[in-house]
Amino acid sequence: MATEKMQKHETQTAITMKKQSQLKEIWRRYKKNRLAMIGLISMLVLIVLVLAADLIEPYEVCITMNLREKLLPPSAEHLFGTDGYGRDILARCLHGGRVSLFIGFTCSIVSMFFGAIFGMIAGYYGDPLDNIIMRIMDVLSAIPNILLALAIVAALGSSIFNLIMALTISHIPGFARVVRSSVLGITGQEYIEAARAGGTGDARILRKHILPNALGPLIVQTTMSVSSMILAAASMSFLGLGVNPPQPEWGSIISEAREFLRTNPTMILFPGICIILASLSMNLIGDGLRDALDPRLKS
Amino acid sequence: MSDVLLQVRDLSVIYKTDLETVHAVNGISFSLERGKTLGLVGETGAGKTTTALTLMRLLPERIGIVEQGEIEFEGQELLALPENEMREIRGEKIAMIFQDPMTSLNPVLTVGEQIGEALSLHNFSKKSKEEIEARVDEVLTLVGIPAGRKKDYPHQFSGGMKQRVVIAMALACEPDLLIADEPTTALDVTIQAQVLLMMRDLRDRLGTSMIMITHDLGVVAQTCDTVAVMYAGEIIEQGTLLDIFKGERHHPYTTGLFGSIPSLRGHSKRLSPIAGLMPDPTNLPDGCRFWPRCPHCTERCKTEHPGTYVDGTHQVCCHLFTEGGSK
Repeated sequence: MATEKMQKHETQTAITMKKQSQLKEIWRRYKKNRLAMIGLISMLVLIVLVLAADLIEPYEVCITMNLREKLLPPSAEHLFGTDGYGRDILARCLHGGRVSLFIGFTCSIVSMFFGAIFGMIAGYYGDPLDNIIMRIMDVLSAIPNILLALAIVAALGSSIFNLIMALTISHIPGFARVVRSSVLGITGQEYIEAARAGGTGDARILRKHILPNALGPLIVQTTMSVSSMILAAASMSFLGLGVNPPQPEWGSIISEAREFLRTNPTMILFPGICIILASLSMNLIGDGLRDALDPRLKS
Repeated sequence: MSDVLLQVRDLSVIYKTDLETVHAVNGISFSLERGKTLGLVGETGAGKTTTALTLMRLLPERIGIVEQGEIEFEGQELLALPENEMREIRGEKIAMIFQDPMTSLNPVLTVGEQIGEALSLHNFSKKSKEEIEARVDEVLTLVGIPAGRKKDYPHQFSGGMKQRVVIAMALACEPDLLIADEPTTALDVTIQAQVLLMMRDLRDRLGTSMIMITHDLGVVAQTCDTVAVMYAGEIIEQGTLLDIFKGERHHPYTTGLFGSIPSLRGHSKRLSPIAGLMPDPTNLPDGCRFWPRCPHCTERCKTEHPGTYVDGTHQVCCHLFTEGGSK
């Protein structure tokens, strides 16, 4: 009797250990990739800096003009120098980063959400729904992303909300394709048929059986798209279709620095580095996640 | 004791694509009594799995079409039921064990979640979460897996254990009818014997009726009460286990099937397989479907479809025994 209890206890602890090792295993594989770790750390540093922007420099600093201090080169007082209106570029980069990263992550998550829904419906129900949804996606992706976003913002006016909507819509097709192709593969599996034989309805099959299996490629796609979203948001702001001045955003800082390109090249350097750093980090993280989530690379 | 649970009459199923029409099941009829096991035997492609999927109404949409026939289950006509009522029957009244345990479990859900799913879907008596969990433990123990392993994922189980989990999933709601589609094909022989023994034991204990789909006559002999031999979408011979294994008169195809089994005691050096291949189901031969491979083929077989020779519980569909074409 006592031994039986002991055994039971042992199996219980063994189970909890196994459960933990699921995530641990992914983390272990991710950790092995040095580049991915560099990406993760630099992204975390960026996020922390941007979140702590108010503690480093209050928001007023980056919008109040001070024409006596304009166009200063980097110095101890203004680490990144000042712009044409005498505003501290470090403060503008930090507060601008809030907007850029917010747009980047929000757009990715929202378009992942809609893309996943469309992709799952198309892949699971097949024709004619599949055909209808995917042809609409084809039409959307036939228009260059920036052009489509430009048209939407031009029609609705420039604001952060409109910018997010525009970028989201133009990125949905990519997600829908990725999800559809993995759902197509999963739907043919016997366990889906088994679930149906157990009386499970379509909605539940999609939610509980198909989505978790399609999650891997979806996460990777989302991570990767954050970087392209940051770039797209910067390009839109550069074109004057993103945030409204004087609010800073990485793209708009570069845009304002354009006229001083010959005399003060450092003005364009720092926001540029921010953009490159953010998108590179996200790409590295995405690569690392793809390798870590792929069970075939298990070693 | 003729408590009929399932009655299939003249069922025909086709798979229709743009290019061709596959006649997968052609006018089969059989019945199954409560607590009994029917063995559905035949070569690959004889229409066994299609029959099972039709009973569950899980034929591929738009492609699989039931041309004619009736499926009466507990007095209900299954083919006429709307989809949402059919969903209530699946899992709750009719459950299915799939062929390959390796692929019929979802890799991202724990086995406990998968067994509990059917339970929480057919939860009419409003069982609490704890009661469902308790039932999951109970079925797992029933199939011989320690209840503590319900939080494990399928890849942590061996093949035989996975098949037990699949069986536990099917048994969770205590269905009236269990369709086992080649439940032991993917397992090795020792595990096969264990699983079969367990299924027979469970059937006796729970009083479940079973349809055992297999191409292994040994499995049939071990588990079934009645046997139906399928060939090219037709049941060419059916009867009780004794009729098929010990009876005098057989369809030439059944004789051929038995001729292909190695015998432990016999002295024959070579097995005698049935010559030729199954006919192309898109283009079935006229008359008896078996005539191109039949050693007793006559001119009549090539043109006229044979009637059924009935001897008590034994039915054979062959001209050899239906002199004069009488039914």
